[in-house]
Amino acid sequence: MTRKIQMRIWRGNSESGSLQDVSVDANEGEVVLDVIHRVQATQMGDLAVRWNCKAGKCGSCSVEINGKPRLACMTQMANFAEDETITVTPLRAFPVIKDLVTDVSFNYKKAMEIPSFEPPADLKPGEARMQQIDVERSQEFRKCIECFLCQDTCHVIRDHEENKKSFAGPRFFIRIAELDMHPLDMLRNRKQKAQEEHGLGMCNITKCCTEVCPEHIRITDNAIIPMKERVVDVKYDPVRWLGSKIRRREEVL
Amino acid sequence: MSTQQMERHNYDIVVIGAGGAGLRAAVEAREAGLRVAIICKSLFGKAHTVMAEGGIAASMGNVNDSDGWQVHFRDTMRGGKFLNNYRMAELHAKEAPERVWELEIWGALFDRTAEGKISQRNFGGHEYPRLAHVGDRTGLELIRTMQQRIVALQQKDKRDHGDAESHIKVFAEVTVTEILKEGGKIAGIYGYRRENGVEVLFEAPAVVLATGGVGKTFKITSNSWEGTGDGHALALKAGGNLVDMEFLQFHPTGMVWPPSVRGLLVTESVRGDGGVLSNSDGVRFMFKYIPDVFKDKYADNEEEADRWYDDQSNNRRPPELLPRDEVARAINAEVKAGRGSPHGGVFLDVSTRLPADVIKKKLPSMWHQFMELANVDITKEAMEVGPTCHYVMGGVEVDPDTAAAIGVPGLFAAGEVAGGMHGSNRLGGNSLSDLLVFGRRAGMGAANYVKNAPAAKVSDESIKRAAEKIQAPFNRTGGENPYALHEELQELTQNLVGIIRTKTELQEAIEKIADIRKRIEQVSVSGDRQFNPGFHLSFDLDNMLLIAESTAKSAIVREESRGGHTRDDFPGMNPKWRQINNISSFTGKEIVVKQQSLTDMPTELFDLFDPHELEKYMTPEEMTKGGVKQ
Repeated sequence: MTRKIQMRIWRGNSESGSLQDVSVDANEGEVVLDVIHRVQATQMGDLAVRWNCKAGKCGSCSVEINGKPRLACMTQMANFAEDETITVTPLRAFPVIKDLVTDVSFNYKKAMEIPSFEPPADLKPGEARMQQIDVERSQEFRKCIECFLCQDTCHVIRDHEENKKSFAGPRFFIRIAELDMHPLDMLRNRKQKAQEEHGLGMCNITKCCTEVCPEHIRITDNAIIPMKERVVDVKYDPVRWLGSKIRRREEVL
Repeated sequence: MSTQQMERHNYDIVVIGAGGAGLRAAVEAREAGLRVAIICKSLFGKAHTVMAEGGIAASMGNVNDSDGWQVHFRDTMRGGKFLNNYRMAELHAKEAPERVWELEIWGALFDRTAEGKISQRNFGGHEYPRLAHVGDRTGLELIRTMQQRIVALQQKDKRDHGDAESHIKVFAEVTVTEILKEGGKIAGIYGYRRENGVEVLFEAPAVVLATGGVGKTFKITSNSWEGTGDGHALALKAGGNLVDMEFLQFHPTGMVWPPSVRGLLVTESVRGDGGVLSNSDGVRFMFKYIPDVFKDKYADNEEEADRWYDDQSNNRRPPELLPRDEVARAINAEVKAGRGSPHGGVFLDVSTRLPADVIKKKLPSMWHQFMELANVDITKEAMEVGPTCHYVMGGVEVDPDTAAAIGVPGLFAAGEVAGGMHGSNRLGGNSLSDLLVFGRRAGMGAANYVKNAPAAKVSDESIKRAAEKIQAPFNRTGGENPYALHEELQELTQNLVGIIRTKTELQEAIEKIADIRKRIEQVSVSGDRQFNPGFHLSFDLDNMLLIAESTAKSAIVREESRGGHTRDDFPGMNPKWRQINNISSFTGKEIVVKQQSLTDMPTELFDLFDPHELEKYMTPEEMTKGGVKQ
């Protein structure tokens, strides 16, 4: 079953751009990315859009659809009413390169600022022992496909370029939480660093990030809030911090 | 836009591709003290490795301690129907556990056994539970761990040298159009930035190809747009060889509905964890398709097959877990016989086999994928599945120990782009381990080569020639549309070089490919160089065409059926052909395929097998010889 749909696609570059109307066929079972590809193949050969896996696993095709940050490959056309015009625009929090493609290098810079995993110095290959229940907390955050939709929607940086310098964003709060909860990680003070260096305190837990996460990671409830709570606790109680690390290490080895 | 600026870089090693193999190679080369550029076609961390679901095969023996490298080696050779490069299969089986444990030291979090070790799951063709995994998103874990390992090394370089990118730099969204040689040796590569079309020259004495597969040559594929055989084609054009390009793995279970996701992978773990295949008559049909060579390993009745999930020592495996080529052919046959599902596949059901909460825990991405893309709840109903072009066993002919490409000094290849390791058919789970084992070896091989190689210098003539090639599609007007040509190519490969092949169809394919080859020279693109997908496709198309030609020409000469190559006109295996690799090379105008003898296994490996099993594959002379004494 094929129907004609109306789309408005933002076209332009870092200097200027505008929404352009197109009328295009959509078949049963298709997603927005399919239709964008049809526009590309039949009407706008040079329309720029990022995509890779087309299965919601790589997080490349992040755009805004009717103003909402979404993966174009996971947004079914059936979600829209017959006569609805579908507006597709680039991610607003990042500078446009061309059409629907934005410069997401901000995220790679932030990734570089998060201290890496630090295993016990004497850990030998194959010797680690961890319980499933203990790895699951971090595994939830490692489901992240780095689509950066949470970064895009976060109001701390969405319309506040000036905050980008001091704010890592939800993607990297879950990275810090993942390492903080990692049974083998030995680096101390991750939560404190999140607070002091990566702008955890600027988040006022509106949960917008959780809502847009295509992997359904409970960013706010399971990463940000626990870190916010414990950063206050532990900050003034070094004995408790040390205790937690020693216990952890005994489980590992 | 005829006069373009050009960026110029100089490195010890350039790695093309940022999937598991490329990143592992880069880590190894960096740790050997060298300066490495990593080039990827998309953003860092998006490579096709993320799509791998089931796990990494490594005989750690955490779940069944009877496992060991010898058993893994046997399974791999058996799966590849003994056409594998034995040395690669041996290195792979021996080194895979170390590579998995190393990932853990770099921060990977695999699922655990009750004792807290890395858990291992069953998979097609593997005798014991062998696949280290994270639910059904193991590829994501692998790529993220490697990506974060690169970042960790960069952070160290920042501390030690004041610049995070002093020794490893990632160049994202760059297309490589050419490998440059001077005096017969690698001197660098040429390409352009996808973002703005600016041309880039990398001078380097060593290049590691880690570009993955060729799936986009076919219409129904599980591969992303990146799988256009770039590395295969670059190697051919640089004077390298491809080995056995007729062997393509059609994964038995791809989605068949809706059309927009046709080909998208349904992980083999669905079957490993208990899922069964049935046809429109409700018959669990795989029992009919157990080939003689596997009869003693696979259950021929439902009762025994079902008991196996709980007691693997006293029962044979369910036939749903036969190697992928067998299952794909069986599904194909059922559909052809009119016993298919409504959308032209068969049914794969896990809903009647496991409780809903277990399905969601063990197969979370599959549950999502079907719920969100097909409105099917796999905890309540069966999936519809059919074969999809998934993996190319053929690839660059390399030296097993160093991953050096034969015939091109300074060129290395690892991962899917390299050939030989998997023979005629790859076992599930052996790809991720392949990436790590041979990624590392390619990094080492390249590092050792560079230490004795003179500094690379690319001549101005080479640069000029490479630049002209990039500009060419813009200089033509009103020529062929690259999208239309790509579709035409996919249609013909799917229909004529697909899962079942015949001489007449392959002949037709070769003629049609030659015709497209002429027309591709007239491809013109609209717009400018800024992030222009039509422009990008014009280069990918040229690569895919070479792949299609190499596949069709290798397929027409191999007059037998083995693994990922099925000839309707030659249905059986022929021991004579087991001794032969088809070697493709490029004359500059066309692909030429020559036959080359396989190296015999040494006695110590030969003796790992039951002679009765080897007899099914080998000639009497080979059996008498019993391998090569060392």
